[in-house]
Amino acid sequence: MNDIKKNVLDLQVSSVERLHERYVLIKLTQTEKLPQMMPGQFVEVRIDGSGQTFLRRPISINKVDCERNELWLLVAVVGEGTRWLASLKAGDSLNVVGPLGHGFTLQGLSSGQVLLVGGGVGVAPLLYQGAMLKSLGVEPVFLLGARTAKDLLMLDDFRQYGDVFVTTEDGSEGERGFVTQHSVLYQRRFSMIQTCGPTPMMKAVARFAYSQGVECEVSLENMMACGLGACLCCVEKTTEGNLCVCQDGPVFNIKRLLWQF
Amino acid sequence: MASLNVNIGNLKLKNPVMTASGTFGYGLEFEDFVPLGGIGAIIVKGTTLAPRQGNDYPRMAETPMGMLNCVGLQNKGVDYFCQNIYPQLLPTGGTFIVNVSGSSPEDYAECAARVDTLDGIPAIELNISCPNVKDGGMAFGVTTKGAASVVRAVRERYHKTLIVKLSPNVTDIAEIARAVEAEGADSVSLINTLMGMAVDIEKRKRVLSIGTGGLSGPAVKPVALRMVYQVAHAVKIPVIGLGGIMTAKDAVEFLMCGATAIEIGTANFIDPAVTIKVRDGLNEWLDTHGCRSVQEIIGVIE
Repeated sequence: MNDIKKNVLDLQVSSVERLHERYVLIKLTQTEKLPQMMPGQFVEVRIDGSGQTFLRRPISINKVDCERNELWLLVAVVGEGTRWLASLKAGDSLNVVGPLGHGFTLQGLSSGQVLLVGGGVGVAPLLYQGAMLKSLGVEPVFLLGARTAKDLLMLDDFRQYGDVFVTTEDGSEGERGFVTQHSVLYQRRFSMIQTCGPTPMMKAVARFAYSQGVECEVSLENMMACGLGACLCCVEKTTEGNLCVCQDGPVFNIKRLLWQF
Repeated sequence: MASLNVNIGNLKLKNPVMTASGTFGYGLEFEDFVPLGGIGAIIVKGTTLAPRQGNDYPRMAETPMGMLNCVGLQNKGVDYFCQNIYPQLLPTGGTFIVNVSGSSPEDYAECAARVDTLDGIPAIELNISCPNVKDGGMAFGVTTKGAASVVRAVRERYHKTLIVKLSPNVTDIAEIARAVEAEGADSVSLINTLMGMAVDIEKRKRVLSIGTGGLSGPAVKPVALRMVYQVAHAVKIPVIGLGGIMTAKDAVEFLMCGATAIEIGTANFIDPAVTIKVRDGLNEWLDTHGCRSVQEIIGVIE
């Protein structure tokens, strides 16, 4: 079970920044100190939209800014729920349940040996993971992929915590192609790869890690309802049977999954 | 402060707010949000004689004011429950009821008999209405004969309070309720989920892995209210009402239609502390309406 206490919080929106047409960065705060949250964990946000958006939406924790007492959520606008989130304004209230689930490994890692691979909006939790690693004295390496240069998100934020390598599918920035084709994978040796992004990308990253004998953790995003391990809707087949992505994950070592390589 | 005490058979509840099976885990998952002893009773997830993996993913689809699920009774079996979960429940101070399912009357009876040995579990809820399993489940709950056969087999081997959870996927739910009452059920709970479907027009496929699922949430509340009203007028045993309850006002509606207690299900996913809010809201409603006991509103709608 999770040792970090879960909360229901009514947070206040301090800002909503549109990074470009499909992505918004929402910063939330409250008068009291925000509870402890770990990288790779997520929150379930209440959508007060319409009857069509009945369930909460799981959103990964992009960063917790302790100095400003802010929780950052990076949101891709894909449907009615996330469109409603993007329409929030500073001063609005957002009801949040969290932190939920289990995050990325932080212990036993060495500088330069941890590679954080993100794709699209999946880069979100890697910023907080990178920040946390850096604060523990472990400098991570980032490998971030996107379709085009304008889909690359928050690069300056990532650069605060470690080297950043980039791929775009059209070659408009960094190396052309997919993250698994980037030269850094073959020039440096890593002992841990942690990844979040579209499932085909994570599977390709996992296949690379498996073939190189490198530890690998992936962050899954199966559709969920409760977020608490109660409804058993978001299950993933594992070596231990069906596990809840929300409670047992969302981060899993690939050794626990039944992915075929 | 109005009295919230209600009785379901020999089971005395400090308040009529219960949790619906499959929406509240074993209660332990909600301990950060809710004092488990503050809820009338917690009905834990569906338990079967043998472990079940449940259905494949995807098991859930969001629908207007509700959701579909086809979890398919994933659980580790009754022996695992007795040995590993039950000891964790006792210290929480909650009242726990086990939801029992099976694929034959003998299965149900054996599972119930094993739960009967647990001193701290005062009741079971018999699930003869799960729409998401092929073998059994709802197959028993849609005919008077099938429902009666399961209740008869369980009644022989289970000696505490026996609640039977009814399916709404029938022509005449009152007839099923009368059949299980005649076999010695102490109470009926209704409604289980309504069978439904969701489609993905881009993929041109049905969303859920087994094609269909059970609909829950506020979308089903009017159907549930109608059925609770009908059943309350058809049987003498206490009725437990559920289906889309989100607020204390919803709970009052069910009580007025004849429910002695209510279960909260899908709302736990929207607000994990909803059970306590409904309990407190019910108390407040009774106070502001000059009622000294919840009994004063149960079944007042003729």
